[in-house]
Amino acid sequence: MLLDPRGPRFAAAVTTVVLAAALITGSLALVLTQAVVFAVTAASPRLGPYALAYRALVAPRLDPPAEREPAAPVRFAQLVGLAFMLLAAVGHLAGLPALALTATAAALAAAFLNAAFDFCLGCEAYLALRRLTGRPVPARVPTGPA
Amino acid sequence: MGADLVLWHPGPVRDQTLTGVLLVVGVLGLATCFGWWRRRRDGRLRSVAPAAGAGTGPGAPQDAHRALLARLGARSGAVTLVQFSSAVCAPCRAARRVLEQVEAVVPGVVLVEVDAEQHLDAVRELDVWRTPTVLVVDPAGRVVLRASGVPVRDELVAAVAPLLAGADR
Repeated sequence: MLLDPRGPRFAAAVTTVVLAAALITGSLALVLTQAVVFAVTAASPRLGPYALAYRALVAPRLDPPAEREPAAPVRFAQLVGLAFMLLAAVGHLAGLPALALTATAAALAAAFLNAAFDFCLGCEAYLALRRLTGRPVPARVPTGPA
Repeated sequence: MGADLVLWHPGPVRDQTLTGVLLVVGVLGLATCFGWWRRRRDGRLRSVAPAAGAGTGPGAPQDAHRALLARLGARSGAVTLVQFSSAVCAPCRAARRVLEQVEAVVPGVVLVEVDAEQHLDAVRELDVWRTPTVLVVDPAGRVVLRASGVPVRDELVAAVAPLLAGADR
């Protein structure tokens, strides 16, 4: 599946506004709304609410895309966003405002970097995480008798 | 006056709002600094100095890398551009295009694209932390230059051509 790359960027801009509003108002409803948006977009990038808004409102006013990009990085980024939103929701519900604020702020930073600099924080961190977690088998096994 | 006092009393709601506003401003400011810094460095070629005192002799890191690079597909006698890619990497396609343009302009350049996830051992060995990362391997099988991010075509062409000239002699 290939996407018009401006769609995810538009979605990141909307996400930035929603998350900033969530931080300022401390609203659990906004956090949950954004979590649902992340979940739907991860499941189907073209049917994400912000993607629908992009195609209905923005795309008709723009030229057709010069190139398209694969959907896999976009879906992965949405999953990372969803993870942060779930953490934030847990923070809200468990009475841990620091957790809610930190998780929402991290998601805000990632969405803003995506919107303003076309920089996908989750995608960049992906290989570093795999490096640290996916250890080669020999490193786990103690050396045998000499 | 009493109304003013009540209005400006920092209740829990105002505290929350103030914290939120400060957090938003702080996060966006830091992210902007990071974004600018990254944009300046992204894709720039860095020369790889051989490790001090370890550049020669059998068992030197460069020799270990040589075997590893050959396994990945680096061809001795040619300049190989090794690109580490992953599925969750939008700029990898752009990097690939740049490398193909270099291949078209400079004859004698070999392209190798490595799926980083399938070669985590090589990723660690060669100190790759993100995709795309491009290694420039000289005809002797040494990594001489590297770039993380999408390289600039002209910079890469200018860097690769002299390496090939050396191979002809």
